[in-house]
Amino acid sequence: MTDTAATERHIPDRLSRPGVRLLRSWEALLLIVAVLIFTANSFASPYFLDAWNLSDATFNFTEKAMIGFAMALLIVSGEIDLSVAAIIALASTAMGAAVQAGAGTPELLAIGLGVGLLCGTFNAVFVTVLGLPSIVVTIGTMSLFRGLSSIVLGDQAYGGYPADFAWFGQGYVWWVFSVELVLFALLAVGFGALLHLTNFGRAVYAIGNNQTAALFSGIRVRRVKFLLFLMTGLMSGLAAICLTSRLGSTRPTIALGWELEVVTMVVLGGVNILGGSGTIPGVVIAAFVMGLVTFGLGLLNVPGIVMQVFIGLLLIGVIALPRLWSRIGARRR
Amino acid sequence: MTAQQAPLADAAMPQPLLALEDVTKTFPGVVALDGVRLELHAGEVTALVGENGAGKSTLVKVLTGIYQPDGGRILLDGRPVAFRTAHHAAAAGITAIHQETVLFDDLTVAENIFIGHAPRTRFGLIDIGAMQARARELLDGIGARIDPAARLRDLGIASKHLVAIARALSIDARVVIMDEPTAALSHKEIAELYELVEQLKAQGKAILFISHKFDEVFRISDRFTVFRDGQFIAEGRTADVTEDDLVRLMVGRAVDQIFPKRPAAIGDPILTVAGYSHPTEFEDIGFSLRRGEILGFYGLVGAGRSEVMQALFGITRPAKGAVRIDGKVRVIRSPAEAIAQGIVYVPEDRGSQGAIIGLPIFQNVTLPSLARTSRHGFLRLAREFALTREYTGRLDLRAAALDQDVGTLSGGNQQKVVIAKWLATRPKVIILDEPTKGIDIGSKAAVHAFMSELAGQGLSVIMVSSEIPEVLGMSDRVIVMREGRIVAELEGEELTPETLVRHAAGISEAAG
Repeated sequence: MTDTAATERHIPDRLSRPGVRLLRSWEALLLIVAVLIFTANSFASPYFLDAWNLSDATFNFTEKAMIGFAMALLIVSGEIDLSVAAIIALASTAMGAAVQAGAGTPELLAIGLGVGLLCGTFNAVFVTVLGLPSIVVTIGTMSLFRGLSSIVLGDQAYGGYPADFAWFGQGYVWWVFSVELVLFALLAVGFGALLHLTNFGRAVYAIGNNQTAALFSGIRVRRVKFLLFLMTGLMSGLAAICLTSRLGSTRPTIALGWELEVVTMVVLGGVNILGGSGTIPGVVIAAFVMGLVTFGLGLLNVPGIVMQVFIGLLLIGVIALPRLWSRIGARRR
Repeated sequence: MTAQQAPLADAAMPQPLLALEDVTKTFPGVVALDGVRLELHAGEVTALVGENGAGKSTLVKVLTGIYQPDGGRILLDGRPVAFRTAHHAAAAGITAIHQETVLFDDLTVAENIFIGHAPRTRFGLIDIGAMQARARELLDGIGARIDPAARLRDLGIASKHLVAIARALSIDARVVIMDEPTAALSHKEIAELYELVEQLKAQGKAILFISHKFDEVFRISDRFTVFRDGQFIAEGRTADVTEDDLVRLMVGRAVDQIFPKRPAAIGDPILTVAGYSHPTEFEDIGFSLRRGEILGFYGLVGAGRSEVMQALFGITRPAKGAVRIDGKVRVIRSPAEAIAQGIVYVPEDRGSQGAIIGLPIFQNVTLPSLARTSRHGFLRLAREFALTREYTGRLDLRAAALDQDVGTLSGGNQQKVVIAKWLATRPKVIILDEPTKGIDIGSKAAVHAFMSELAGQGLSVIMVSSEIPEVLGMSDRVIVMREGRIVAELEGEELTPETLVRHAAGISEAAG
């Protein structure tokens, strides 16, 4: 080498210790919000601090969070899927129709997951093979899937699900821990590991930050995105199984408006809606925050419409606060 | 070295139009500017020289109101001013033509030029006719034949640069900052830019000219200022110094060899391309690259060199032709396949195609090598840090930590990260597209020395470059392209600046 590179410099691996970084993170802030809401709730209602009541509260978010984990990866990669609630409707309708034809629980599971996977593939082909923007494609398929479900269902409802099918939405694994809550925990660990510990997860971040450079670095961008849409479809199918099992019926309004609640949960969890950053632990905490707020307000007999207002304010507030804070700090200086 | 020169003989030095005194700007962990001074005089060109990381870009941002200095004063006509926003600076008559032009692809040329200060009609609407007429005047004034109604997306990179210059001139500026203005321009356009600078001088504007090319600095500037590591080092009149003096001031010591190409043992052909054609970009490209060879690709901007390289790397697919690697025919359909075959491509456009801003340094470096650092698809961070350290160390990367966002590094250091990323894949063939464009002389020397070292180890290098000294200094053999075709293959004695330019421009032997 020439003399310009004479002095060897030592560059440390990390700028600050991981612990310090964790304390300053979005997740830490969100956790404080969760604890505050928990405390406020336990003072506001005497029924709140009860293991069974709290266990019931988790049903407010477990199904949405299953989709939320897959959606988080999709949004980190710079895409979005707004058809998830419509996939639930279509999958639930297909299961309902199958019950009328005499299908048992194993067939219902296969149909629920299969429809989810099929819908995910449909989205994936339009976005990754034809190169269309995912927001447009999935707004389209949102109408398409929901519309198909409505045609089949009309204004009636499917019921008569087999008794052992109820286990998924109403069963308990141990004490107050429901099947759904255990599924939620397993999926949180699984998706967390996928995003944070694997090559696949690294590729998702790379694509979300700079798709062209990721492609130039040998990342198979289209394949990764295809898989992400498949996962989101599959998780929607799983959510359809859990929700249908819990309700015991399929109605035309099933999971109506859930796509935005799922996106809200993901964004509240600190995932950048423009892609490139976000974590699964953030989404997990966000799920609890939303569940606690909904449940707390429910105990206080606040109507559902007012709850919507609260969730909206919470989202805007939690996102705007840090920015306002730093701006006030900058002005003082 | 007499850096602090006496004023001009014919007149006492007038008050500078714009002066910086003791300006300091710090970022977390870095002092970007450490009490620097700078004077710009009406009707004069001041060249600001310094290595990457010397603080030039930060200075431009301070002058244009994007950054607020932490200390020191800015004097305009001798009066202290503060540019709290970019708008303040523009209103004070300071305009900058940036290194990486910031324009809007989906707007027309005229809209790009006048965005923010478009001529209005009586009703407050944009006067499109007047705007286009004014745009045409400005473009004609700089000798650019560009349709003001054209969409920017449809222009080449050189034309975009001219639009950026026109935009800077559309503000009635007193101070014009040119940050690497010739980086993307061809010879003819550079000559036109020089004329433009002369015109601006004659109009009494003060010009700050930032460039890494010494021939430009000596060709165009009246005065110079040298920064090193965020500190003011020297200033004076350009006529009083030599190239060697400036290099010494910049790096703090003499660089005797900028192009340290060592003779390497050249082996058998490793990559052979025959009859390679693309419907629109290039035709009938054929060449072979041997082990340990540095093969230069020279040509004007738009000659199709990058397009050939991107096809070899699997980004675009050619219509016909054959590629042999180690004698075997290979079809490369994606960058992933190219990397697997041992071919890597370091793109010209560092910002959008090379570095992944938002990811830390080590994740950038290991991205194409994850298969090697991971186990069963799971990341192993310790291995990633080790691999990153190995390759960035060899390139003399300057950074605070390996988990620092690559976007916080200077241009030269970003380029080192990108090159380290590719070397870590242990390629057989490395294609470098304008590897030293827009980086400082110190980083340049490091990149050149490293290229030479790689060739010595048996790696084959294709270097696409538009800088003649670099092409001549580094290449064993040079292929010249013009309008999508190979027009010459030069070696040894034939390699002179004249022959290169003649072939690239299509000037016949007799005419010269």
